[in-house]
Amino acid sequence: MEIHLKNIEFSYDRIPVLKGIDARIGKGEFVTLVGPNGSGKSTLIKCLNGILKIRKGAVLLDDHNISTYRSDRLARVMAYVPQSEQKAIPMKVFDAVLLGRKPYISWRPARRDMEVVDEILMRLNLEDVAMKEVQKLSGGQQQRVYIARALAQEPEVLLLDEPTANLDLKHQMEVLDLLRSLTSRGITVIMALHDINLASLYGTRVMMMKEGKIFASGGMEVFTAENIEELYDVKVHMIHENGSVYIIPNRYEIK
Amino acid sequence: MKKPNIIHQYRDYTRRRILFVLMVILIMLAVGVYAVITGAAGISVSDIFRVLSGRGDAISGQIILNIRLPRVLAALLAGLALASSGAVMQSLLRNPLASPFTLGISGAAAFGAAFAIVMSGSLGGSSGTGTDSWIDEQYLVMFSAFVWSMVSTGFILVIAQYRGATPEVMILAGIAIGSLFNAGVSALQYVATDVELAAIVFWMFGDLGRASWDEVVVLSLLLFPILIFFMSKSWSYKALQSGDEFAISLGVRASRVRLTGMLAASLATAVVVSFYGIIAFVGLVVPHIVRRCIGGDDFFLIPASALFGAMFLLLSDTVARTLFSPVILPVGILTSFIGAPLFLFLLLRGMGRGYWS
Repeated sequence: MEIHLKNIEFSYDRIPVLKGIDARIGKGEFVTLVGPNGSGKSTLIKCLNGILKIRKGAVLLDDHNISTYRSDRLARVMAYVPQSEQKAIPMKVFDAVLLGRKPYISWRPARRDMEVVDEILMRLNLEDVAMKEVQKLSGGQQQRVYIARALAQEPEVLLLDEPTANLDLKHQMEVLDLLRSLTSRGITVIMALHDINLASLYGTRVMMMKEGKIFASGGMEVFTAENIEELYDVKVHMIHENGSVYIIPNRYEIK
Repeated sequence: MKKPNIIHQYRDYTRRRILFVLMVILIMLAVGVYAVITGAAGISVSDIFRVLSGRGDAISGQIILNIRLPRVLAALLAGLALASSGAVMQSLLRNPLASPFTLGISGAAAFGAAFAIVMSGSLGGSSGTGTDSWIDEQYLVMFSAFVWSMVSTGFILVIAQYRGATPEVMILAGIAIGSLFNAGVSALQYVATDVELAAIVFWMFGDLGRASWDEVVVLSLLLFPILIFFMSKSWSYKALQSGDEFAISLGVRASRVRLTGMLAASLATAVVVSFYGIIAFVGLVVPHIVRRCIGGDDFFLIPASALFGAMFLLLSDTVARTLFSPVILPVGILTSFIGAPLFLFLLLRGMGRGYWS
């Protein structure tokens, strides 16, 4: 499923946050949105599946405007993993993941809904905690539960807002490896990511955002010292090693 | 290594939840029978069967059909309404302190009742000693309590609509409106005559002694559609517990679902309060007890809370009738006496586990 962002504009209480975003994202791409705080990364993620209603422009899925989709139909195509749960809810892992089947369920889950949840729990190594309360799990496991819940929607596009926030290094890598593996199944993954090193390590495609606009877009080549300096107002050293680039801020040269 | 059969485990868990509901129904039926046979006049279980099959004597028929049964059914229906509304409101507002009175309904209903009592008093309505005018006044008070509680609900829902219907806006607006109406009640009490003051205070104690078949019929006609409505939305309510943004991404129209749910819960509460006065704590405590037993899945939480609330209020009312017999306590006092310590107990036991666990 190809996503076409056409001149998207959005404002919060008349303060413009997105000022004309244009992009095309192909099926199975792994896209990271990077940029400083307030650059509009999270807002753009939320505009993509209609959590926020855009004022101008359009999001097209294979040339169909998402505003013409019925809400449950859209939820079968696009899933969203919020930055952090507002409050841990008293739900067992199985129930939490089953909630992702909501777009398919009217009263009670059918056999197929249970099987999908079962399969996803196995795939994400959550089978041993399936009957535990979500809030009793570690941060990394909770994040996997939320990704599992989104996968239960059987989406073609997965949107994530800072999926590695509050996770330690090992769990950050685990989550990103998992997301990366989804693209081989044809799922498009688009996420806002704070950590530019992780983005450069994992992102096949990077969209750099600044002040509500796309400042640079492309593969690894956009990670240049000039771009990052322009983006964050920080001088950096770039270290190239084994085909990856590592970005180290220079503490004494913050402008 | 053999992988655990997750679906099997989940089905077991579902079965346990259904078992809990069935158990509550059984206890409720037992308490129901006990409530009908207990009281000043001696009635036996066989009397109940005889009367229900149309073969009982006139006196026990009169007692069972016109005194005990309406009161038992009123307790069940009122408990059902308050507890299911409480469960829904706690989910919708994502707040463990939400209760059927969160939107200032009790304050508004009390104001409505006090207003009608004082107004009809000053218009000469209560000076009449005839039964007719007394009955008229009862209905007037009921009607005024209902209208004012719906006015308060409507006002808050309009504010919420304007400000985006977030839980915080609704809770804060409810607190503000509630204290406004409380001030109104105080003002009316200040200007009321002694008789009116007594009537106002008496009205504010929730009391099922006012129950008759009329109210029971109205309540059942209203409550069953509302309960089915709640159940049909239970998946949406469950999604809203994880935040509005997530719920929208699942295809839930968050603001609309919250508004309609709050409206339905408020309607059920307003009718109960205007019929029977303020019955505190059932709507707050019962969902917490049930959540502890079967978890927070609204599909089970709502009906289980409804049935548990029905059983709890009937039990409270039966105790209120028999504890100091022949003196009958208003059930509203008893639910607070039982509910408050129970709530504190749950709170202390749950410390360190978070409000919701």
